[in-house]
Parts: sequence; C-alpha cells; structure tokens
Amino acid sequence: MADKIKVTIDGQHIEVEPGTTILNAARQIGGESVPPAMCYYSKLKGSGGKCRTCLVKVSKGSEKDPRPMPKLVASCQTQVMDGMEVENMTSPEVLEARKGVVEMLLINHPLDCPVCDQAGECDLQNLAYEHGAAGTRYEFERRKFNKINIGDKIQLHMTRCILCYRCVYTADQITDGRVHGILNRGDKAEISTYIAQAIDNDFSGNVIDVCPVGALTDKTFRFKNRVWFTKPVDAHRDCENPKCSGKVVLWYKGEEVLRVTGRKDQYGEVESFICNTCRFDKKKTNDWVIEGPRQIEDTSVISSNHYEMEHMLPVVEKDPELMEQNQKMFHKKIQ
Amino acid sequence: MAGKKILLEHIDVPGINTYEVYRKMGGYRSVEKAIKSMSPDDVVEEVKKSGLRGRGGAGFPTGMKWSFLAKPEGRPRYLVCNADESEPGTFKDRYLMEKIPHALIEGMITSSYALGANTSYIYIRGEYFYVLRILEKAIAEAYANGFLGKNILGSGYDLDLYVHPGAGAYICGEETALLESLEGKRGNPRIKPPFPAVAGLYACPTVVNNVETIAAVAPIVNMGGDEYAKIGVGRSTGTKLISAGGHLNRPGVYEIELGVPVEEFIYSDEYCGGIKNGKKLKAVVAGGSSVPILPANLILKTANNEQRLMSYESLADGGFVSGTMLGSGGFIAFDEDSCIVRNTWNFARFYHHESCGQCSPCREGTGWMEKILHRLEYGHGKMSDIDLLVDVSKKIEGNTICPLGDAAAWPVASAIRHFRDEFEWHVNEPKLCLERNYGISQKHEVVM
Repeated sequence: MADKIKVTIDGQHIEVEPGTTILNAARQIGGESVPPAMCYYSKLKGSGGKCRTCLVKVSKGSEKDPRPMPKLVASCQTQVMDGMEVENMTSPEVLEARKGVVEMLLINHPLDCPVCDQAGECDLQNLAYEHGAAGTRYEFERRKFNKINIGDKIQLHMTRCILCYRCVYTADQITDGRVHGILNRGDKAEISTYIAQAIDNDFSGNVIDVCPVGALTDKTFRFKNRVWFTKPVDAHRDCENPKCSGKVVLWYKGEEVLRVTGRKDQYGEVESFICNTCRFDKKKTNDWVIEGPRQIEDTSVISSNHYEMEHMLPVVEKDPELMEQNQKMFHKKIQ
Repeated sequence: MAGKKILLEHIDVPGINTYEVYRKMGGYRSVEKAIKSMSPDDVVEEVKKSGLRGRGGAGFPTGMKWSFLAKPEGRPRYLVCNADESEPGTFKDRYLMEKIPHALIEGMITSSYALGANTSYIYIRGEYFYVLRILEKAIAEAYANGFLGKNILGSGYDLDLYVHPGAGAYICGEETALLESLEGKRGNPRIKPPFPAVAGLYACPTVVNNVETIAAVAPIVNMGGDEYAKIGVGRSTGTKLISAGGHLNRPGVYEIELGVPVEEFIYSDEYCGGIKNGKKLKAVVAGGSSVPILPANLILKTANNEQRLMSYESLADGGFVSGTMLGSGGFIAFDEDSCIVRNTWNFARFYHHESCGQCSPCREGTGWMEKILHRLEYGHGKMSDIDLLVDVSKKIEGNTICPLGDAAAWPVASAIRHFRDEFEWHVNEPKLCLERNYGISQKHEVVM
C-alpha cells in the first residue's frame, strides 16, 4: 500500500491516502475548515467542480514543487500532494471568491424560502447564511420556468435550480435507463427529463434527496408541513429490492409519517440510496422497524423544536453513573 | 520589414485549392520529407526548435505541448485540429481552409506522423459547412494520391483523417469541450486535470491544435526548425495570420511576420491602409473579442513609450494594466466615433449567449454583466453600476472551469479601466449618448 501523504489545511495537519481530494481530506479533519460543496456528491461519480463554492487557495503545491497554484482551485476535484498547504477559511481571497459565488448562485434563485419545502434543510440556504451577503445587488428580472411533473411523485421546479447536475448523475448512475439531462446552455439551461418524459424507475426518487435546493420535491410531501415541525426517526425494513438498503429516516408529525427520505449525513449526502417503494409507498409506522430518534446537527433549524438540554441537570452532573447513561442515550457530549 | 509570406505564399495561384496545383507549387513535400527521412521524434524536435507557438489564442509553445503527450503502450493517440473558429473578430482559419485546404491537410499528415496518431480529426465549426465540403473534397484527393489511408508512401504508416462539424457553440472551441462534442456528448468543458495530453479523446492521449498551428508545421519541416525560428522577433517566431476588421480602409486576412509594428500594420498601405474615412483611431482589440481592449495611445506605444509590435511579448507588455494579448489574431479597430460602451455590451451579450452554464460564476455573471451594460448603454445606468461591473468581472475571472469566464470578464474590465470617462458620460448624459449612437432626438424618451 502506498504511503500516506501529509497535507495542511488551515494550519491543521492530516495524513491521507494518495488520490484523496482536498475536500475529502478537509472532511477527515472536520469542523470549520471543510469547504462547502453544492454540486459535489461523494457517491456520484463525476460530480463536482461546477458550483465553485469549494474553491480554496493552494499556497504550497507540494514538497517537491512548493510553488503556489496560480488560481483558486476546486477542492472537490484537486487531489492532494505530499506537503501541500491549503488555505480555506484563513484566506481572505477564498472568502471573497466564495461570497461572489454565493451571490452568483442567488441572483437567479427565486428566494421563495417561505413557501419552499426545502427550507430548513436547504444547502443553499445554509451556504448563503454562512458565506453570503445580506442584500442583493441584482436588480433585474430573475429567470422563471414552469413547474414540471416528473412522474406522479416528483415535481421539478426549475426556477429554484442551481444546475449542480447531481440529479443528472443520479439518473445516470443509480437508475437504469437514463431519461434525464440538461437542455440549452448558459443561464437558460434547464433540467429535462428528455422532452418531459416522466422518469419511471425504482430509484428515481433519489433525485429528491440529492437536490441541494428545492428544485426537485416530493409531491407526497409538498406543502404538508415545515421540516422543523416534523420529528425525524431512524428506521429500516427488509426491502424486496436487492439494490435498496431499506435504511431511511421517517419524518413524523404526531402519529403520521409525512415523508420518508434517505439518511443524510452532515454534508447533506445520503448514506445509501433507497427505492421508490420505501420512499413513497411505505408510510405506516408498522411498515418499519424503528431504531430511534435521528441525530440532527445542533446548528440545524430542524433540531430547534426538539427537547434539548443546554445544560446538564444539577442532579445528573453530580452522579457519574447518570452522566454516562445520559451520554449513551444522546450519543453526544452534553455540557 | 517586407511581408514574408509562408502560409499564404501561393494564395493568388489559380486553382491552388486543387491537389494538382497545390502539388505543383511544392505541396506535400513535408510529408515526403518527414515520412521518408525523419523519425517522428525528429519532427517534434524541429517543431520545438522552430519556437512555434499556438495560434489559437493562448500562445503555448507547440513543441512543448507535443512532448507532453503521454505514450502508453497499446492505446491509440489522436491529433485533433480545432477549426471551431468562433471568436468574434477572427476569420483567418476559414480563409486558409477555404482557399488552400491542402495546407491544413498536409500539416495534419505531418503532425499526425510526428505524434504517432493513426486517426485524426478536424473539428470544424458548424457554420462553416461549405468549408467542410471543400475540406472533404481535398481529403478525398489526398486519399486518391496516397497521402492518406493505409501505408502512406510505402512507409507502413497509416492515417485516417475525418472532418466533424460542430453544432454552432462557441464553447466547443475550448479544447476539452471540443473533445466532448466530438465524442457525441454535450459540449461542456471538462474539469482539468487530467489534461488532454494524458486523457483526451475517448480517454486516450490527444493533442488539440489550431488550424494555423497545424498548417505551419509543414513549412517548418520543409525549411527546418532553425530556419523558421529566424523569422519573427524574439520568442515570437514565424508568421501569423491576422484577421483585420473594424473601421479600417482595407480589412481582411493578412499574413505578417511577427514583430511588425502595430502602427505600420494599421497605417501602411501594404496592410490595413489606415482608418476609414480619414478618421482617428480610438481603440483596438488586438486578438479577438476575449482580449483586453486598448486605447489608441497604448496600442501604438507601450506604457514605457516603446513602439508596440505585433508579437506575443510586445502586445502583452504592461500586463493587463496597459497591455493586451495577441490572442487568435482578430484585430478589430475602432474609429473615434465608435461607442466603447455599446461595443462592450455587444461582447458581453455574446459571452452571455455562449456560456455553457456548467459553473455558476460564468453562467450567472455573464448574464448579469450583459444586463448592466444594456442598462448603461440605453441611458438607465447609475454611477454605481460601473464599479459593480468591475466587481462582477473580478468575481468571474479565474473562478471558472474553463477560460470562457476570463474571456467574458477581461473585455469588460479593460473597457472600464481605459474608458471610464465614457461610461460616466453614459450615466451623466444618457440622451446625448443615444443621439450619438442611434440618432434619437433629445426630446424623445426611450423606453427600455
């Protein structure tokens, strides 16, 4: 096995396998230094490089060739070299460029978050909140498209799309028989199901999960509820479809399962793809084996309505045994 | 400097587009010389010695590009000629292919031999369909005379040459988008690395060169690299085809020896013969629409008050602050009455239309710039728009997958850098501007 190579990202050292991209090396470090990614999806081959939000500065190319790279590079595409030094949050140039990219992504985005089903779990919303400016300098009409139904379960609202191409790769790689692609070019480009032919495939529902914005939404969930009012629960079932993992998140409102999605990790990527039967048809609690409440990031708006202890109760704090039990239960440190 | 002609030497010979006449004028000698007396590496070495630089715009040394070509065992290599000439202001390749198609084909055979390619492609712009017919006829003639096909000149070297038309997208002139398009896919630029020299067409090592670059290989092999390097000035060797357009007395395609002073090129009777109607020169776009525009004083003399020459180095003197690029040689001159804002808007509109839409800064930014420029041009602009334009162009430049983003940003940024007063005039005196540009009376209110 080849030797591991050393990289420094924002002053933090890590050793990774050769061939790792800067973004994945940063994800191994975790925390602040991970560049945001709107189009890269580790489970989809060929994705990435398009949105340009993950741009970073390479201030030292490698041990052998210490010259810095002349331009900012897309960290999801650039492989690490031994001794490479990368600046992400520490470089004002990167932050400035990223702010520019966020602005570009938003100029043709309708900003209809109040009526968008994705609000609360939207990558673009999070990105704009963290890296964008408060106002817009764009004073022209935004592009508009009509809503298109892709089959009876999925709706495409192209106006919201940021053309990350993730759904195209999903259609290409996860479903069999691709009927999904990009039409036209420039800012007139649009996602198409090849002349509006509906996607009819067992795995087509995954395009909803990979969509970073609210362009592809679940018609069985549309306008049912805000995500932060629902309660996510991990569950699984033995799916008849051999390609489907059957591991899902059920989103409850009271006793009712409002929707079923794949399990998304902290970077908004599903752990495994699920089939349409699991996603759209199994909406009763007794279809599933419940595993327990879904852990949601503290920063997410979804966790804001759940009972979370900010501080340990004094009685727990004094008793190490209770403390241990508590930590086991919540799978995380409570301060 | 008398005009030394290499590529267009026999342009006036009647019937030069046919095989017989071209052969009689010394055509296909380079193929014979290369295949019979040189090894492929010898040819690459001659090209390296010649100092030939890419004629498509970037000006990268061709010999070096060729030597980067990976040569793995058991996998084919390809040579692709980029004839997708769509840069506004550039029309030299069309002229060459239309008039002397065999010059390109001879260059293709010699270059393919040097690179060890047994299949080569000419990717031609869709709008040049009639040129495609000319090329196909010429290729058929070359096949009939044993310069293409199996066992060329009894040497055991095989080469098949195909012409493939694009579908009318500027972006397919970008080499990786061209390869995608050639493979039958949507013409989106690829993310580099890998570079085409390692994984290009059908994931095999590929060299993509401009028409003029490939055509120049034949005379280099004929006269030898050292001899070719004597032509020109400094590291800008050889001759270059310049497509001169705009407000010139004699627009057209000129073959110049690199190093001709810009002033001589514009004003001498041998070349463009001065500005039309005796007007004054206002500005020049020296290398196709993508390169920064320069005002008359900076195009004739550099910032150090030296004479500016038509060469890669001299035009780039001063960086982007006071210089430009030779680019593809699309030389556009503007007279004193032309409107820089209108012209910049026109370019911005082009890049907006041609952006592939793959990466966000270019997809959204080109449209945004076009809209702001449109507003300025039609008298609805604000003073803050000018700085906004500069800022947007900076946000695009360098942050995109392919150079189209840069190409869209440079003309806008340079126009504002050198002609800021004219932009301000558009904001302050919108009615005067409209009257000058469109002859609309001052009383008339224009509704956008």
